[in-house]
Amino acid sequence: MTTQVAVDIDGRRVTIPAGTTALDAADAAGVRIPTLCHHPDLRDVGSCRLCMVEVEGQAGLQAACTYPVTADLRLRTDSPRVVDARRGVLELLMGEHPDRCPECVRTGECELQALATEYGVGPAPARVSRPLQLVDLLGPAVTVDLDACIGCLRCVRTCAELQDLGILGVVGRGSSTAVSTYLGLPLAEVSCIACGQCINRCPTGALRPVDRTAELFAALADPTKHVVIQTAPAPRAAIGEEFGFEPGTPLTWQLNTALRRLGFDRVFDTSFAADLTVIEEGAELLVRLYENLVLGSSTHPLPLLTSCSPGWVTDLEHRDPDHLAHLSSCRSPQQMFGSLIKTWYAQQEGRDPADIVSVSLMPCTAKKFEATRPELTHDGRPDVDMALTTRELAAMMRARGIGLADVPASDFDDPFGTASGSGVIFGVTGGVMESALRTVIELVTGRPAEDYFSHADITPVRGFEGVRSIEVTLDRVGPVPPILAHLLPNLEWLRGTTLRCAVAHGTANAHAVMEDLRAGGRFSTYHFIEVMACPGGCLGGGGQPVPTSATVRAARARSIYAEDARYGQTGRARKSHENPAVLRLYRDLLTDGPGGPTSHRLLHTTYTGRGTYVGATR
Amino acid sequence: MTVRTPMTLSAVEAGAGLRAALSRPPAEVVDQMVASGMRGRGGAGFPTGLKWRLAAEADAPDGRRYVVCNADEGEPGTFKDRVLLAKHADLVLEGMTIAGYAIGAREGLLYLRAEYVYLRDSLLDSLRERREQGLLGREVAPGFDFDIRVHMGAGAYVCGEESALLESLEGRRGEPRDRPPYPVVRGLHGAPTVVNNVETFAWATAVLARGPEWFASIGTHRSTGPKLLSVSGDVARPGVYEFPLGVPIAEVLRAAGGTDAKAVVVGGAAGSCVPASEFGRTVSYEDVATGGAFIVLGPDRDLIDVAENVAEFFADESCGQCAPCRLGTVALLDGVRRLRAGNCTPDDVARLRRLGATMRLTSKCGLGQSSPNVFLSLLEHFPADMRVPVGTGGE
Repeated sequence: MTTQVAVDIDGRRVTIPAGTTALDAADAAGVRIPTLCHHPDLRDVGSCRLCMVEVEGQAGLQAACTYPVTADLRLRTDSPRVVDARRGVLELLMGEHPDRCPECVRTGECELQALATEYGVGPAPARVSRPLQLVDLLGPAVTVDLDACIGCLRCVRTCAELQDLGILGVVGRGSSTAVSTYLGLPLAEVSCIACGQCINRCPTGALRPVDRTAELFAALADPTKHVVIQTAPAPRAAIGEEFGFEPGTPLTWQLNTALRRLGFDRVFDTSFAADLTVIEEGAELLVRLYENLVLGSSTHPLPLLTSCSPGWVTDLEHRDPDHLAHLSSCRSPQQMFGSLIKTWYAQQEGRDPADIVSVSLMPCTAKKFEATRPELTHDGRPDVDMALTTRELAAMMRARGIGLADVPASDFDDPFGTASGSGVIFGVTGGVMESALRTVIELVTGRPAEDYFSHADITPVRGFEGVRSIEVTLDRVGPVPPILAHLLPNLEWLRGTTLRCAVAHGTANAHAVMEDLRAGGRFSTYHFIEVMACPGGCLGGGGQPVPTSATVRAARARSIYAEDARYGQTGRARKSHENPAVLRLYRDLLTDGPGGPTSHRLLHTTYTGRGTYVGATR
Repeated sequence: MTVRTPMTLSAVEAGAGLRAALSRPPAEVVDQMVASGMRGRGGAGFPTGLKWRLAAEADAPDGRRYVVCNADEGEPGTFKDRVLLAKHADLVLEGMTIAGYAIGAREGLLYLRAEYVYLRDSLLDSLRERREQGLLGREVAPGFDFDIRVHMGAGAYVCGEESALLESLEGRRGEPRDRPPYPVVRGLHGAPTVVNNVETFAWATAVLARGPEWFASIGTHRSTGPKLLSVSGDVARPGVYEFPLGVPIAEVLRAAGGTDAKAVVVGGAAGSCVPASEFGRTVSYEDVATGGAFIVLGPDRDLIDVAENVAEFFADESCGQCAPCRLGTVALLDGVRRLRAGNCTPDDVARLRRLGATMRLTSKCGLGQSSPNVFLSLLEHFPADMRVPVGTGGE
């Protein structure tokens, strides 16, 4: 039983468990203490020294974020001494910060800017110059501008501890202390997976996505270009935050209108391609089960690992190339869609693919890297020309005076139409698993998924536990459905089989699963594992609005699940294999069925073992 | 480095302290240290007996505790630990063993300053001999195993700060930890750990050998025992001196031949600058504390040189972790240079004082907190040397 202690903070009293930090105690008492290096997702290190408070009976000040309250005491967070100390620290931080806020992507959302404004600290009267820091512009996804770095080390903790990657570290000491990659190599040459979690937690503009919006504005203004955009579900659940809406405000249909106002010629739903992924990956799972359980072949081993998350795919290529055979050969929904747009859609519309600019709205910075993969091109042109993050699109809309309040709703464009509810929940951790299970259960048993899970809500895979497991026993089997008839002779061998599935989000959790798998632990006996590189899945992606926290991510998840539920209530399909547009595509284009040669050419891919020391071994 | 005064430690019989310790229960050894009134010889002056008691009584989940000897003697102007390690290593190692017995540790680590690598072989020889004599290793006493390893530092000043030293010992960047928890509760590998200065361990051996009353009879009520001072700078006879704590600064200067000094930097770069008018003050925890550095500045010194030298030192040696130290040390150096160039307005001087106050109040560890000390004391006592514009002498 934890002891409770009573704390008096600026006259407000609160009772908290002993060991709570002074910062959390103040939060509980409703007292706000300014912070920069603190982040709710990260271990506190007390390096910015802004959250200094007076502890009664102590001569000096204490950093609230790291000071544990172990006995009844009084704290002052607003005394002149405290305020002066904070201002002193802010003067130092501003004294070396580049004086170019108006042109910075973070202006208005920068935590340093906000605090400097609050404390009335401008650029230093006597600026202390420091050598110009390297700007890493070589990466396809993440830009590092150390000039704007304030040394809070949130990125380092995010990379090393939250994500278990350790791409960013600290080198040098004194005034030459700097965040650095291994040997100071560009991000493109180390095993960075471009997840962008560091960007999401950077308080300033020192880390930002590679920005190609100027190019996009030019394309939108060019009458010879046919500019289309696909929007993923996670950005739709979050973009409202950029326009003053509460986290989790669903704005999918308003965003469609806004995108047309911005000049896009067509607006498509990435969830359509997610539905396609469910069919292809579901078929791949059943074929692998047949090969491994019936034919005794482990060429395509189990468990099958999902491949929707480009950060995760790159991570596996770098860290664990020996396990690439576990990875589904399915392209991510973005890339399936990109491939269809530059081929089938171009043909249907009678357009030269060279005149189509294919844009995607993604929650993700790794999608930028994915779009540059050489294996995801046709005739030397990328299938997806530009992957735009949620924050970038919001900035573009603001630049054109387009908001989301009082914007009428409108639907997605044909010929892809809309998606199923399953395609929508791809935006949240566990969503791919839930969607795939809905479809696999129905295709195998011939019974509705609702017979197995109330409302077909597969709740065991929902939530934010780092790794979640589910077992589904296929107590009955039906005849082979027509869509799988070319792949399997019958389904009898699956009767009574218990599918063991797991979901992991955040690469730290993924690494734990892979370590267990390598060691022959329980996950080596699993059949299907969903992995998303980012905490929370796509809704917590590196391109999503800041700030991020567990609370914000939970709100976005609620919005996504609500959209799925609404699909059911309004008569739209909730299961990928019931999406009429997807079924039409198999009738008209993918005529040799899931996993067939056409699918493989357009919707599947291959992977590259990369190893860890990319640049050093050049 | 010449030893200028007879050293009490030279007369302490090797082995007597450890025998005395092992002849009584560990708690009584702690009691002896408490009774001696000894405070840490590294400069911070934390009561040694209390530190040992806290470590002995702290909860050790896996039963492990550690004794760490801070031999990262990096404070500018300090060299007395070097003499101890060269000439009295046995007393230091014996003190570590006594501490190990007192707190229930099985392992001791001696963190040796990188520049002292030439002492490593002789230390390893001493350790080998002590093992051969049964003074280290298995069954030093019934049920008491204890051994010591030497761990080399890598040249960072901040690793003399005890929590940064522990980080370095664990193989990470030498950066100070948040405190609380203090090392006595969660130190090396999360276990209760006593970190003491080289000289502290040597005197602990003497305390056990001669009794706490003897030690407490020397010095002042609040600063007991003798203290080694490293006297350097503008004196006729630089070297290591032993004085009882409470000795007036003037007396040290007389002994070393530097009575015409303009000022003395007591405590090194992290200490403070005492002007001639205050030479009646004493070297003691209650007055002018020092880990041993005593840098004498003669009448012809331009003290802004001292200010710049110290500021450069800290700008270079800040570990870079916390903002006020990483940025403040650079801003302070910049300020000193602008003062020298005559480019400071009265407002700028006021800003530099506030900067110093911010660094003292907000820096994470002792390095940053003490880094403006010399600058601020020079500004206060030697405004002319510091080129403070006329009319801004006070606040």
